[in-house]
Amino acid sequence: MYRICIIGDRDSVIGFMALGFSVYEADDSSAAGEILKTLAKDKENAVIFIVENYAVELRELIDKYKDLPLPAIVPVPGKDGSSGYGMENIRRATERAVGADILFKDKN
Amino acid sequence: MAELRVNPTKMELKKLQLRYNTARRGHKLLKDKRDELMRQFIEVVREYKLLRTRVEEAFGGVYESFSAAEALTGSKMLQEALILPKKEGTLHVDYRDIMSVTVPVFNFDLMGENGAESYNYGFAFTSGELDSSLAKLSGVLKDMVMLAQYEKTAQMLAEEIERTRRRVNALEYIMMPRYLEAIRRIKTKLEENERGNITRLMKVKDIMLEKRYGQNDAEQ
Repeated sequence: MYRICIIGDRDSVIGFMALGFSVYEADDSSAAGEILKTLAKDKENAVIFIVENYAVELRELIDKYKDLPLPAIVPVPGKDGSSGYGMENIRRATERAVGADILFKDKN
Repeated sequence: MAELRVNPTKMELKKLQLRYNTARRGHKLLKDKRDELMRQFIEVVREYKLLRTRVEEAFGGVYESFSAAEALTGSKMLQEALILPKKEGTLHVDYRDIMSVTVPVFNFDLMGENGAESYNYGFAFTSGELDSSLAKLSGVLKDMVMLAQYEKTAQMLAEEIERTRRRVNALEYIMMPRYLEAIRRIKTKLEENERGNITRLMKVKDIMLEKRYGQNDAEQ
């Protein structure tokens, strides 16, 4: 049975409790990093959402899991709103694949 | 460019020509693979962008109504209300093959005791805000899971495209010119040998003629 996890500060993630997510509260990004490492070891945690402001600081750690089929680690906006980090992520992937930023250039 | 060191023999020439042909075929195939991967990738990214915008918009609304709910209900009460999920999400993971890149496909079902709309708390101590924010959250769930799937797919495709692109370039700009160069070198060398051989034969013939008809020849 696969699980969906979410890591973030209390206010951002509390609502997901009601929806059957595994919710992990973290007070700062290093705590979030530790949680992420433990979660990623278990193959049943197929999708791990992480609040954007932590994801930004944990970029290197997250990048390690990028090329594995599981887990999918996805930044989601926290209660402070979206910082555009998620889009930035996919823009980097495009750059990596194509060698140039062909899909987003109209926006920047 | 580092050149291939080989003996200038016919054997080597044949071997090299074979390798060159293989390289050329491989190059063509890889190039096709790269183009197809790219097409798929761009499709995925387009979809991803749409999803991302939708999810991020929805999230803004969700948090807003959540903080309203928290203000009205009190944070302790809110946590109590939410802590025991009545709904259970089940996630199934399948795998799909895109040009031999294995990507996950997520299927998410949200099941509650009394259908999808049941809430896991009593209505007496919570505000209506909470109900509506949870409803909003449920609405965005499917999109979130799809988002995860597309993001993963995009990243894995990106990795594969990068690798394929490197291979194509290595074949096109390094391996193939190297083989061609070596083939050319062997060919010239062989021709050179051939010419040397012919001159030698002519020379030998002259000497032999001179030996047999030496005097006559001189007189003629």
